[in-house]
Amino acid sequence: MDVGIVSYGAYVPRYRIAPEEIARVWGADGVALARSLAITRKSVPGPDEDVITISVEAARQAMDRAGIDPQDIGAVYVGSESHPYAVKPTATVVAEAIGATPDLTAADFEFACKAGTAAIQTCMGLVGSGMVKYGMAIGSDTSQGAPGDVLEYSASAGGAAILIGQDPVIAKINATSSCTTDTPDFWRREGAQYPSHGGRFTGEPAYFKHTLRCSSNLFEEMGTEASDYNFAVFHQPNGKFPLRAAKKLGFTEEQVKTGMLVREIGNTYSGAVILGLCAILDDAKPGDRIFMVGYGSGAGSDGFDITVTDGIEKMPQKPAWKVWNQAAKNQEIDYVTYARFRGKIAMPTGA
Amino acid sequence: MAIPRFWREIQSRYNLVGTRCGNCGTLDFPPRDVCPKCGRKSVGKMEKVPLSDSGTVVSYTTIHHAPKGFDGTKPYLLAIVELKDGARLTSQIIDCDPADIAIGMPVEATFRKLGQDGASGIIYYGYKFRPSLPATEET
Repeated sequence: MDVGIVSYGAYVPRYRIAPEEIARVWGADGVALARSLAITRKSVPGPDEDVITISVEAARQAMDRAGIDPQDIGAVYVGSESHPYAVKPTATVVAEAIGATPDLTAADFEFACKAGTAAIQTCMGLVGSGMVKYGMAIGSDTSQGAPGDVLEYSASAGGAAILIGQDPVIAKINATSSCTTDTPDFWRREGAQYPSHGGRFTGEPAYFKHTLRCSSNLFEEMGTEASDYNFAVFHQPNGKFPLRAAKKLGFTEEQVKTGMLVREIGNTYSGAVILGLCAILDDAKPGDRIFMVGYGSGAGSDGFDITVTDGIEKMPQKPAWKVWNQAAKNQEIDYVTYARFRGKIAMPTGA
Repeated sequence: MAIPRFWREIQSRYNLVGTRCGNCGTLDFPPRDVCPKCGRKSVGKMEKVPLSDSGTVVSYTTIHHAPKGFDGTKPYLLAIVELKDGARLTSQIIDCDPADIAIGMPVEATFRKLGQDGASGIIYYGYKFRPSLPATEET
């Protein structure tokens, strides 16, 4: 039987900050930065939100849509680079909050921005081999850039959950392909509060090399080309990289625009490509074919060839669930509020 | 908060599990061992049940002088919420400006961070309520 997507859920926090506001504080040219990153604003988690709460919101939405018995979920994996605990899995809280405990396996994944797609692949393996009936794969982040660093303008928050199973699927995953190398383009050492990166090195030898190779491998494996797909979505660290990768592979802007959330919400790291997929599923029709390639620094890419089934038409939908509607929610905050929300102001009570 | 106490309350805080009195049917939240109406007649008859995750605001207040650990989020809203199945509970109301809250406002449960034991202690999670999200395009 086909392995595929049984349900999906997405969550984007409601607060936003614009690059111009961040630049105002650090004496940088906000207009130029916004243009060079092709970002108009980024999402900011509220003071009581973190990767655990975002993951639970996304997972609960997926469960509301699916209407399956949570006890049939045999695996929960959460991919993130900003898990609230260094030791104590996010996945345990998610499993408890969706009522999937106690008879299941759960773990947290980390692979920069592609930990969520790695979780999808793991669930595909478990479901395909018959080890579990359903697997919940989540990509979620509340990423931070060091104050004043160029990452601070784009690192945002959001997450998405994909329920993998065999029956009934709303989208079949035809194939998945990956490539991985040791490429030190972005990292965060144990105990370090903010990540470090290789600046321009994050482009050609990192993002583009892996994204393009993984895409070419997938084309080759499936015997397809860009024009065979209705939608394409790539990891989106800024508004430019995914468009450049898409163009090199022969995709048009029309094919990528539905999954391109980065301009409105910034780079949601592990959430990014999966949120893009959710936005596509919000709009997709039976028979539509989706090309999805994530990227994680360090570095590697996971690619997926997906075909939407008739099941999508029976999927419950609410306007408030739609990814683009969530992205459009826009409570703009200033840098001081942002600094307070993100714990950048030292509070004596540790609040 | 002591770790065992929080751990015992996880089902209630995450999934709004309350109790139904086997004698009179009253729903209570948080869960009770004995029904306040039936007393000893309810002993051994209290059944744990998941409650509705939506309801309405019965009354509310705005907290300007927050206790330790909550001063980073003030001012914030605290309300008595009556769930659809009739049980009442106290909850923070989020995603809502203090000027916009009203008695009778429909609200729904979300999952948020409630607090933490300092920078290296346990993080507590559970329900907070927010204004109900519209179910259709029109509303």
